[in-house]
Amino acid sequence: MNPIQTTRVAARALMRNKMRSFLTTLGIIIGVAAVIAMVAIGEGAKARVEQAFQSMGANLLIVVPGTTTSGGAHGGFGSMPTLTYDDLRAIQNELTSVRLAAPALRSIAQVISEEQNWTTTVMGTTPDYFAVRSWPVAHGRIFSSVDVEGGTKVVVLGQTVVEKLYGANVDPIGQSLRIKNTPFAVIGVLDRKGQAPNGQDYDDNVFIPSSTFQSKIQGGLQKFIGGIIVVSAVSADQTSRAQAQITALLRDRHHIQPDAEADFSIRNLVEMAGARQEGMQTLSMLLAAIAAVSLLVGGIGIMNIMLVSVTERTREIGVRMAVGAKPSHILMQFLVEALTLSIAGGVIGVALGLVTAERLAVALQWPVLYRPDIIIISVVFSAVVGVVFGLYPAYKASRLDPIEALRYE
Amino acid sequence: MADAATNGAASGPRPIIEIDRVSKVYRMGDVEVHALCGVSLTINEGEFIAVMGTSGSGKSTLMNTLGCLDRPTSGTYRLGGEDVALLTPGELAEIRSRKLGFVFQSFNLLSRTSALENVELPLIYAGVSSRERRRRALESLAHVGLADRAGHHPSQLSGGQQQRVAIARALVSRPKVILADEPTGNLDSRTSVEIMALLQELWRSGITIALVTHEPDIAQYAARLIVMKDGVVQRDERHEPIVAVVP
Repeated sequence: MNPIQTTRVAARALMRNKMRSFLTTLGIIIGVAAVIAMVAIGEGAKARVEQAFQSMGANLLIVVPGTTTSGGAHGGFGSMPTLTYDDLRAIQNELTSVRLAAPALRSIAQVISEEQNWTTTVMGTTPDYFAVRSWPVAHGRIFSSVDVEGGTKVVVLGQTVVEKLYGANVDPIGQSLRIKNTPFAVIGVLDRKGQAPNGQDYDDNVFIPSSTFQSKIQGGLQKFIGGIIVVSAVSADQTSRAQAQITALLRDRHHIQPDAEADFSIRNLVEMAGARQEGMQTLSMLLAAIAAVSLLVGGIGIMNIMLVSVTERTREIGVRMAVGAKPSHILMQFLVEALTLSIAGGVIGVALGLVTAERLAVALQWPVLYRPDIIIISVVFSAVVGVVFGLYPAYKASRLDPIEALRYE
Repeated sequence: MADAATNGAASGPRPIIEIDRVSKVYRMGDVEVHALCGVSLTINEGEFIAVMGTSGSGKSTLMNTLGCLDRPTSGTYRLGGEDVALLTPGELAEIRSRKLGFVFQSFNLLSRTSALENVELPLIYAGVSSRERRRRALESLAHVGLADRAGHHPSQLSGGQQQRVAIARALVSRPKVILADEPTGNLDSRTSVEIMALLQELWRSGITIALVTHEPDIAQYAARLIVMKDGVVQRDERHEPIVAVVP
């Protein structure tokens, strides 16, 4: 008796009790579907978080100037400029863990082209900013340190601004536009960057040299940076060290007593991403535990039904033995039945899990990442459950005495 | 097998079943039940024997032993020259598959399974290919006159038809011996005669048949009568069988 015949005999036996077979596999189906769906969603969420943090910049730290206090009301971080260009240079030049540092001055302003106008965020910065943010140009060029030193009136546009001012698929390089009545030459368009984790559109920005920003947009304040400093650590695992070094450096430069509150704060995005991933991992562990319990219960369900089936079909077993079935044939028949149940449950579970993940992903607007390894592991694990829990009933069936079995009512 | 085979038909009847001082002891709680007490019996190829006896006489144990479903406690059993007394359950299954066919009182067909598939069953375990199985099963069904019922399930067949399917199943592996345990026990007298006529036809075609019954008029269709009592053979006589004629 070959494996195909054994499988056909098993499948036929299971089809005689369709409802019962289906209900028996339900435990496995739910367990596997839960694993597949949750892994797909979890991976999707993780990828989305990673993508979001990645799009903010490589190994990014953000130094935000300190608070003001007027009349007892705390102004919050960034309400008063405390960071100076000397601070920026010190961070850039003195710290081993820092790769690059750039100022980011920020103002909302109306930008006017020859035909359209658009209110957007104007950023004043240096060429290093684009390296910190890992943000290449799509065409044209970014401004150079010469532009920054000379305070030239050049602007680099985000994709959204290009669309609003010139329409899609128009190359605006060489065009002129006005920001606060100052004409600027468009020298470059940046790659599309997408959304920040909070939904803010990174591409709805224009960039001008920091010196030009100070003279034309903001005015005054030659010593202080009217915005934040973005810092790129030399590597992901150096971000915490960079954070500590910058903190020590700035406290020293600002003459802050050891027990006093600092007049700046540093945000470590790698750490934030890490914390979110840890949360994901805890969730994954929990789901794995639920899946394991579900599969265990499913396995016990299979064993239970197989034991019932062996008792019900005692006479059939007797007949099969009388016409020449060996104990090993009977063992295989029942084992394959259990295996068929569990593998069918696994496969249905995978299908159900993928459909569920797909639906949820569409609803949540997440990417769904299918993990083929998890799919294979799920089906294999289902099969293992089938063998483990099918073995005892099958063994019991194979040990029946044919005479007793034939006499069984 | 050597002796019986080389002597050939010329030197007289060849024994197919030889049991020698076979005993079977069951233990039921503290009590030992001696179902067979040193039974010796030789059945030749082409014989048609009927085993009779009261309940508890040991006739069922004798049949189970002859059918290789049960192993004797002591004694020897040679089936077609092969010593089968000491074989394992797996080896006994193979002997049953190769040499024996069973017919039961309650037919013992698999329910919700077509007549054809029921007849194919022994061939599955004998490792016959599916096309050959189908061909032989149809042939066997035709032999018992049920070629047109191949697709019917047991529940769609009368008792007599079900027993014919069971006989077709016993025949399909081309056994040397057919063992029938009360084959007419669940049938009316007219159908019983039909079944006995079928068994006589198989017997005339050369198959050895051993039948267990408690009805004397059924036993008369066999050519040799063995009466069991208290685990021993009480009577063993040959006679001219009555020819079963379907009324």
